[in-house]
Amino acid sequence: MPENYCVEMRGISKAFGGVNALKNVDLAVKKGEIHALVGENGAGKSTLMKILAGAIARDNGQILLDGGEISITDPKSARNLGIGIIYQEFVLAKDLTVAENIFLNRLSEGLIINWKKLYRKAKDLLDNLGFDINPSATIDTLSVAHQQIVEICKALSENSRILIFDEPTAVLATREVERLFTLLETLKKQDVSIIYISHRLEEIFRIADNITVLKDGSTVGTVRTKDSGKDEIIRMMIGRNLESMFPDRNAEIGEEVLRVEGLNSGQRVKDVSFVVKAGEVVGISGLVGAGRTETVRAVFGADRKDGGNVYVMGKPSNIKSPRDAVRHGVGLLPEDRKAQGVLLHLPIKINSTMSAIKKISKGMGWISSQEENKLVEDLVKKLAIKTSGIDADVSSLSGGNQQKVAFSKWLASNCRILILDEPTRGVDVGAKVEIYKLINEIAGQGVGILMISSDMPEIIGMCDRVMVMKDGLVSGELAKSDLSEESILRLAIGG
Amino acid sequence: MGGSSRSELDISPGSNVKPGGLAVAWKYIYKYNTLIMLVLLIIASSMISPAFFTERNIFNLLRQISGLTIISMGMLLVILTGGIDLSVGSLLALGSVIVALFLNGMPLSEAILLTLLVGALLGGASGFLVSFAKMAPFVATLAMMTIARGLAFIVSGGHPIITSSEGLSSFGTGYFLHIPLPVILMFVIFIITVIVLRYTVFGRMVVAIGSNETAVRLSGIGVKGYKFSVYAIAGVCSVIAGIISTSRTGVGSPIVGTGMELDAIAAVVIGGASLNGGRGSAFNTLLGALILGLIGNIMNLLSVPAYPQQVIKGLIIVIAVLMQGIKKQSDN
Repeated sequence: MPENYCVEMRGISKAFGGVNALKNVDLAVKKGEIHALVGENGAGKSTLMKILAGAIARDNGQILLDGGEISITDPKSARNLGIGIIYQEFVLAKDLTVAENIFLNRLSEGLIINWKKLYRKAKDLLDNLGFDINPSATIDTLSVAHQQIVEICKALSENSRILIFDEPTAVLATREVERLFTLLETLKKQDVSIIYISHRLEEIFRIADNITVLKDGSTVGTVRTKDSGKDEIIRMMIGRNLESMFPDRNAEIGEEVLRVEGLNSGQRVKDVSFVVKAGEVVGISGLVGAGRTETVRAVFGADRKDGGNVYVMGKPSNIKSPRDAVRHGVGLLPEDRKAQGVLLHLPIKINSTMSAIKKISKGMGWISSQEENKLVEDLVKKLAIKTSGIDADVSSLSGGNQQKVAFSKWLASNCRILILDEPTRGVDVGAKVEIYKLINEIAGQGVGILMISSDMPEIIGMCDRVMVMKDGLVSGELAKSDLSEESILRLAIGG
Repeated sequence: MGGSSRSELDISPGSNVKPGGLAVAWKYIYKYNTLIMLVLLIIASSMISPAFFTERNIFNLLRQISGLTIISMGMLLVILTGGIDLSVGSLLALGSVIVALFLNGMPLSEAILLTLLVGALLGGASGFLVSFAKMAPFVATLAMMTIARGLAFIVSGGHPIITSSEGLSSFGTGYFLHIPLPVILMFVIFIITVIVLRYTVFGRMVVAIGSNETAVRLSGIGVKGYKFSVYAIAGVCSVIAGIISTSRTGVGSPIVGTGMELDAIAAVVIGGASLNGGRGSAFNTLLGALILGLIGNIMNLLSVPAYPQQVIKGLIIVIAVLMQGIKKQSDN
């Protein structure tokens, strides 16, 4: 009954150079359904969606809209057919306002822009989604979560009847996720078809009607959510069971390595105090905007401290810059991997030794290639980074492997305290498990770990203790035995 | 290639291009486009003019571009960090004038050292504005461009300064093993740049900062010091070119080096460097300077008037960068 499908992709193939990214892939989405597309990184989900959105051309295959074959040649033709996409990495003009971004391709009806009307239309759209965002604010003053809302508004404002979401909740905290889901349900009732890419199976089982699983560029199959379960999906994706997600840690908790007392920084960090011990994994939970990232940035010296004391290995330390922090043995894995974590267009080698450059150089700053190659080869082996070699650019790696490269920098530097900000964001299930093992191993060597995560199962599965933040304050701390989604949420939302 | 895992967002084929004959050929053409362009120009030049392949003409050509090449090496470091330096031409003039002035009152070595110091100080001033005062490199060095040119006119009183120093002119007109001394100096500075970029922490960080400054800062590297240094080095390179200019003519002139900043940027860009930073090589920059010099040389041999020369030079820059644009697309 192909006439029931709103959009159908048949036998889609695409090769980049000599590598087949997609082999004869089928996908059929009904009118007014939420169709989840899952698969590990590299399975071809984003490539498939980019073809549908006209961002890249297919080699073979057909695309049908309401049963009739259509021709999608570029993003514009896809948009005109009512296909909208919200990329994982936003495409917003950072210095323009919210309203300008939403209506970028049709700012005016005549020659002159009616700003009042533009702002009002933008505000209506935002209010409709339940978000209080000022339409005249510039994008770079907004949080990542709010920037995403602008992206969604932009697609909605173009009357899309097929909306593609690429990992939309990766950057959202629980409350925003709930709002997004409510919104998706509303759109569904209005007969909009939604294609939803996510690594978070909990979400998919909550909202999706059907699930299509891709693996290595081929369709494994499509199942009805009602008739399936997480275990089945994971088996289809990787052939692995869920229990092994959070491996056991064998780390002895030792002396205190980091003590923060009464830390203040900017508007988002107020009187924050906590302690991290050697071999311990301490989580920081809270909603987006609760001040988690700001707290660790201030500790690391990336943002200015407006008060408070930081003690490293029991000694008061005046960390004013990331350089000071690294000297004190503190490392930070930033939230935004591509913008802050790695040098995308430089080799793995250069990335891995960035923070340990003194170790592999001597005299007046001569780099010893021999020592560098040995150090990096060891790291690549130890972290099982999948690459053609240490001279390959980081951009040639998958998300999970890029993240491992970001980790390798701190392994090389022998830091005593490692701060992780969303360490598994945008990383597939298989690579997640590897990163968890890696965290356990680092902790096992006596490194104190401070970990921010918006992924509830992750923070519960990995942490010895969790500190919950709300509006810049520490709203409570939970011991391992007290950790549950409910107990964390209660502290994060308050009440 | 089958074993390496790939991100679906990253679609670059890297080394995975299908091993077809034509594809391989194109790949090499893209990769070595600067070198190929130079070779084509040399072949064309030798066919057009029998005077081209004489030792005299070749060394003349190299001596003419020695100043440009040295400045381009400094410019390359600045561009690698993602910056730009518009003051190099003016600093060349200032260097040319003050070394002549200093020589009229002190020994050669002191005069040269003092001149180099002035170059480092003024270049460093731009560097300070860029790295510590967070000024846009274009603006900071634009200001330095007019300041240095003004200083050159002030200290010279607007007139050429004649120097009678034989030490300096014996450098400008001297030879070692038939090779002009300025050309030897040019190759020495080129080789130092190659070594610095390849084997030192400094060179590593310069490239890394241009690639992603935030990531470098968050790795615990003091970014400001490096950014400051590249401008100081560019200043030193500029006054060296100024000293060469004076050594060749025996005259320090406040009007030399006008537009030199644009030639230096052109040499770096023809060499395939990205103005966003993080990509570029000393060897290709040398080729870029050679291409620029060669175009001028062959057109002089053909007695092409100056104005058409400028048009042709501009077209060559466009063609070179277009070829790199095709290269980038084929990478994607």
